[in-house]
Amino acid sequence: MIKKLLPHPALTITLIVVWMLLANQLTLGGLVLGVIIGVVIPILTSPFWPDRPRVRFGPATWIYIAVVLWDIVAASFQIAVIVLFRRSKDLRSAWLVVPLDVRSPEAITMLAGTISMTPGTVSCDVSSCGRALLVHALDTPDPAAEVARIKRRYEARLKKVFA
Amino acid sequence: MMLDAGPIEILISAILVVGGFFALVGSWGLARMPSLMTRLHGPTKVTTLGVGSCLIASMIYFPATQGKYSAHELLITLFLFLTAPITANMIAKAHLHRQGRSIDPNPMDDIAEGLPETGLGTGWATFEGQDAERADPPR
Repeated sequence: MIKKLLPHPALTITLIVVWMLLANQLTLGGLVLGVIIGVVIPILTSPFWPDRPRVRFGPATWIYIAVVLWDIVAASFQIAVIVLFRRSKDLRSAWLVVPLDVRSPEAITMLAGTISMTPGTVSCDVSSCGRALLVHALDTPDPAAEVARIKRRYEARLKKVFA
Repeated sequence: MMLDAGPIEILISAILVVGGFFALVGSWGLARMPSLMTRLHGPTKVTTLGVGSCLIASMIYFPATQGKYSAHELLITLFLFLTAPITANMIAKAHLHRQGRSIDPNPMDDIAEGLPETGLGTGWATFEGQDAERADPPR
């Protein structure tokens, strides 16, 4: 019963929170409307989520978010230094191939987005079998170490979130 | 002359200046980097922090001076985080296709010599889509 009414509880909560933030004030009417939207939209869109992965909202998720936020700040300083002080011909930009251990499309999307936001790397493409990411690194002395860092720092943590 | 500014104003001003600096550096990176792929790095990361700083300043300013609480900044941050990587991804893919057809006069990204192999026996999804016969793979 509850599973039929709330096929995607995480989406429901997200919709309610986003709705409340959009309304920008805490009123009972707004909350009721938010709950209605949060219940109706997941039911209507459930055919679009045939086999969605289970997302855990445990400590692993919060650690992952904190690590990514911190890395975005660190990345900004790192890129700012490169932009301001590095000559173009001294840039050691490289293409990286990151073999993937995560399999679900949602997890790969999260990883690709994370790679784009964090130090010196932009994800460009995924292999057609979905098992490797094509990543461009702005300045990396050691491509293999960079790939290992991505796998260790982000993918290993993502695996705990999408368990 | 006395400075008529409380600690809150000084804090907000400092955050705004830092944010403006990072937005400027991100834009400067977009302008001065040698090729498209390297240009992508400035706007995806540095400018995000620039915008983020302005949003933090806004979240401090309105409650502190006007007693109004606003949550729209959080939403802007959320949407920024959703859109920035996707935009970068789309630009990169379009760039790969342009390079594959040798339109881009700037071969700085080594795409002219070909992308690295996936190491899995399959190609990259951009060039092996449903209309694979229409896409020109990079040489």
